[in-house]
Amino acid sequence: MTHQEVFQKVVGVLKPYVKNEAALSNVSEATNILDDLKVNSARLVDVVLEFEDLFEIQIADADADKVDTVGDAVSLIEAKLS
Amino acid sequence: MTRRVVVTGLGVVAPNANSVSGFAQALREGRSGLRFIPKLQELEFGCRVAGVPQDVDAIAARYFDADELLAMNSNHRYGCIAALDAWTDAGFARPERSDPHVYWEAGAVLGTGVGGLDTAGERLVPYTDSGRVRRLGSTIVEQIMNSGVTARLSGLLALGNQVTSNSSACSTGTEAILEGAQRIRMGLAERMLCGGSEGSSHYVWAGFDAMRVLCRNFNDAPERASRPMSASAGGFIPGSGAGVLHLESLQSAQARCARIYAEVLGGAVNCGGHRGGGSMTAPNPDGVQRCIRAALHDSGLVPADIDAINGHLTATGADPKEVGAWARALECTPERLPPITSTKSMIGHCLGAAGGVECVASILMLDGGFVHPSINCEDVHPEIAPYAASIPHEVRAMPQLRTIIKAGFGFGDVNACVAFRKWSTTDH
Repeated sequence: MTHQEVFQKVVGVLKPYVKNEAALSNVSEATNILDDLKVNSARLVDVVLEFEDLFEIQIADADADKVDTVGDAVSLIEAKLS
Repeated sequence: MTRRVVVTGLGVVAPNANSVSGFAQALREGRSGLRFIPKLQELEFGCRVAGVPQDVDAIAARYFDADELLAMNSNHRYGCIAALDAWTDAGFARPERSDPHVYWEAGAVLGTGVGGLDTAGERLVPYTDSGRVRRLGSTIVEQIMNSGVTARLSGLLALGNQVTSNSSACSTGTEAILEGAQRIRMGLAERMLCGGSEGSSHYVWAGFDAMRVLCRNFNDAPERASRPMSASAGGFIPGSGAGVLHLESLQSAQARCARIYAEVLGGAVNCGGHRGGGSMTAPNPDGVQRCIRAALHDSGLVPADIDAINGHLTATGADPKEVGAWARALECTPERLPPITSTKSMIGHCLGAAGGVECVASILMLDGGFVHPSINCEDVHPEIAPYAASIPHEVRAMPQLRTIIKAGFGFGDVNACVAFRKWSTTDH
């Protein structure tokens, strides 16, 4: 799976949770999931479960807690896939 | 401080209609919303008929965003759709999420009888019992907590006054309306969204089926299955949905030149204490009569002022007792009982939503000058026969209809009764 494919899938998982549609249209790896996309912080556990299902990986709570940006999520998932 | 309270908006999601205008038409036609439910047959329920609002998902997709829908079970969808409709019917726009304004003067009392058992049955219990707690995600608590519907609603509408969910079994919705009206009367709020909601789930209905209080004899004729006041009544049909009134101080409504449907004259709640024939499941007849009399007193009414009765009338053995209680509380001989009707004959018993949905029906009858038919009681119960002339089998035009009284009774021997009067410009 290419870097760009992982990025696109991460954005796809986040999409239903995003409260700031404008930020989603300009999304980049630097985009902050809570501050920019305005995802409710409580929903991050659902996002992580969907990453696990989609990429067939396990994400420990401690790793999940380090994810702030879309790029952080992509890097974490790529590390698990490699 | 006692202020007058009026109804300036309505919202309803019912088994026979999902809009206020559609519901008014269905009531006039005596249209049943009850259907055969294959799932209940598969699970070998005795009763295989229920009232389930139709095509709600399409409305929900318009009203809510994807994130909200992930955490909204059927109870949440019905309750929030009806409340949003009541809000907009009252002339208010839905606020933008980015608008920081909070309506500190507006709140909600929206109750539920049983609540989010679909979420509990389909997710909470199986995931927890199989050691997959982590897989439950973040959306369970807000869907099973008793205040889940109003918790969601307060965010959708930026409500800043009291936001709570009451629960008193099948009197929940009527009680909620009285709670909200009281808050406005006291000057603690200007506007309150009040009523009840109940989800559609076999998990909600199973316990009632096991008690043998649901009708089992009309599974092949769903539209005839809910038979309040009939000799062939064999239990109630479970329903679901939501009904919400937008209550407002008269002062606020007049200041903004709002359309006023009716005035909430007053009401009462009480409990029979499980004495004198009352129990967990049966009302103490003295408690019922006291509640009705207290509602009249609180409303400044005498029995002769009552033009119509929208009863609790579920299609169980309690119906004859209820009709007798109305006659005694209103101090009238059988032939003088005002027209009495059961909305449940068309939509089943919507449990915690019943009071909300049936109060919407009561307001619509005042608004339209009619009493809706109480269907499926062509064979009036022998004990109700002396009152038979008071039961409309077809829609009854009543242009003079001015005051209607509505009651709801619930498990735990709890009672709630409210009186509404049609608004006319001479009431200023």
